[in-house]
Amino acid sequence: MNSNYELPLEDAGYSFGFLDEYAKKEVRRCILKAIAIPGYQTPYASREMPMGRGFGTGGLQITLSLIGVQDTLKVIDQGSDDSVNAVNLRQFVQLTCPGVDVTEKTEEASLLQSRHRIPEKPLTEAQILILQVPYPDALVVVEASEARRKIMHAEADYSRLLVKLYEDIVHFDEITISHRYPTRINGHYVIDPSPIPRWDVPKLHQSKALVLLGAGREKKIYAVPPYTLAEPLVFDDIAFRVEDFRDATGVRHACRCCGSTVSFLDEFSNDQGMVAYQCSDSAYCEEQQQTGRAA
Amino acid sequence: MSYVAIKGGKAAIDGAAAATDYMRCMNAVDEPIKLSVIEDQLRLLTSRIVSEGGLYHPKLAALALKQFQGDTLEAAFALRAYRSTKPRLLETPLQDTSKMRCIRRISSAFKDIPGGQMLGATFDYALRLLRLDLANEDPAAFREVAKNFLSNTPEADLPDSFPKVLDALRAEGLLPPLGLMREQAFDITRDPLVFPVPRSAALATMARAETGSLLAMAYSNMRGYGDVHPTVAELRVGYLPVMLPHPVTGELMEAGEVLITECEVVAMYESGNAGDMPVFTLGYGACFGHNEVKAISMAILDRALQKGMRDGPDNPSEDPEFVLLHVDGVDSMGFASHYKMPHYVTFQSDMDRLRTTQGKVRKPGETA
Repeated sequence: MNSNYELPLEDAGYSFGFLDEYAKKEVRRCILKAIAIPGYQTPYASREMPMGRGFGTGGLQITLSLIGVQDTLKVIDQGSDDSVNAVNLRQFVQLTCPGVDVTEKTEEASLLQSRHRIPEKPLTEAQILILQVPYPDALVVVEASEARRKIMHAEADYSRLLVKLYEDIVHFDEITISHRYPTRINGHYVIDPSPIPRWDVPKLHQSKALVLLGAGREKKIYAVPPYTLAEPLVFDDIAFRVEDFRDATGVRHACRCCGSTVSFLDEFSNDQGMVAYQCSDSAYCEEQQQTGRAA
Repeated sequence: MSYVAIKGGKAAIDGAAAATDYMRCMNAVDEPIKLSVIEDQLRLLTSRIVSEGGLYHPKLAALALKQFQGDTLEAAFALRAYRSTKPRLLETPLQDTSKMRCIRRISSAFKDIPGGQMLGATFDYALRLLRLDLANEDPAAFREVAKNFLSNTPEADLPDSFPKVLDALRAEGLLPPLGLMREQAFDITRDPLVFPVPRSAALATMARAETGSLLAMAYSNMRGYGDVHPTVAELRVGYLPVMLPHPVTGELMEAGEVLITECEVVAMYESGNAGDMPVFTLGYGACFGHNEVKAISMAILDRALQKGMRDGPDNPSEDPEFVLLHVDGVDSMGFASHYKMPHYVTFQSDMDRLRTTQGKVRKPGETA
């Protein structure tokens, strides 16, 4: 293609937060709009990040737009600080945001970016939780067209979603939605709360911390502001239920490491082929083990 | 240790990075590829990356191809991510493709066109027989090729630019008159697509779409899920002078040139508004680099989408949401790749639902 110029080799240096300042400002403006209209999916011009769409680019753009040198960041994936994707995202923030502190302790973080989990430890007013979102729209299971979904949201028309829940009950005597449970925010917009398990959905309700949800590929930002109603979609006579960790005899499984019987558990086969259970939230588990030892 | 409690994530990532770089360099007798070799000898690959990356930077495209070991999706992705770090300083005014310094231009609508058909470099009529003499090419013979071509090709008295074929059709009243673009072009790098979107947003999205995705959508229309039935009025490849306003005087100045491919298709006529003469319809495709299949696919889809925007979609390729949200390589490859990440929290939740539901089907007393 006959390009006859020198490659600018100093271009490898990136500015603080990777994104240019205009882009970060635009994201912050969208965040403000999202907070002002709880649960509304605010469209924004999501930038390409240097990691794959679907790996948390929406959450990352929020994090990078908000973070400053005074912040302490915690990044988790599947509840763990040490899973490969969490490590990757954290390293990227450290690389592009010199001076920012990182932590694994939930209570130390001012910003928490997470995929698929909300920490077990209750968050505070001083914290912002940023959730990575693959599918921002709870209506996508009943309506493929985004243009039509926008109208349904505007009219708070969730009848087809309720029919889906009703049909579940007719077919299976259970609502089959496992994670991404549709949740009504502030009495109007129903959101997809990201693929958090049902276990974490009640934590959104009247949350002390601001919860921001970012979908990079789908180019949407939405929010559950502090002290806001967040109600899972259910019927008056069918209660919302979180995951059940009781065995056949009704005894609650405990974490094999810390012994907790009140946390969300990962189930897996150990080396002996036995089913074992362990806290999904690794920082919580660690703390339980230490306080257990101290006691 | 089980997969669940992933510990040592950092060590694993570092190890994977080292193994990946080893794969690039494992054959120690090879020479490292020079970027100019990629840019020149794999020019069509480089073309694809500048186009899908949405950034005209052939050198960085060549670097990305080298770094990502020939993966076109990854290489285009890297250019896009690089772009995210750069502010938008100004907008280009409309560029005039009749000023293009053509290296190839053809029309399949007319035997002869003003300025003449100019085949240029193309594989269209080449026999796809493997040339085994290229397997161990002699460097001296390699250099001879260019030398012979240049010395044996008579200096043709070619004009700097060629008239557009469409202008002739338009003069005859076979095409709709050129409308003035009233609104500013939609910038997909600064505004998200919120449907319905203007045609300029559709064109911009397709211009940096993944070639294969675009081709598949267009092909569905060609085969029968649609009825564009296009004729290529003109396909041209060449260097387009990029005009930018002078920062002080505002006068347009040539800032450089970009290699682009442009395709204009003419499709079946439709009656315009009541009382108007029926005229042919048009589809437009253009992208960075030399990518003819992509430009043709884009032109066909532009026509299909215009029809869908006007009358409502009858086929997937006429549905703007369906086409525009599924042709981006960065989005689609990223999401396909993300399924490789752990999903055990959500799967745990799935198992809970299934077991609970199974429990209700089971007869009392029965155990799992």
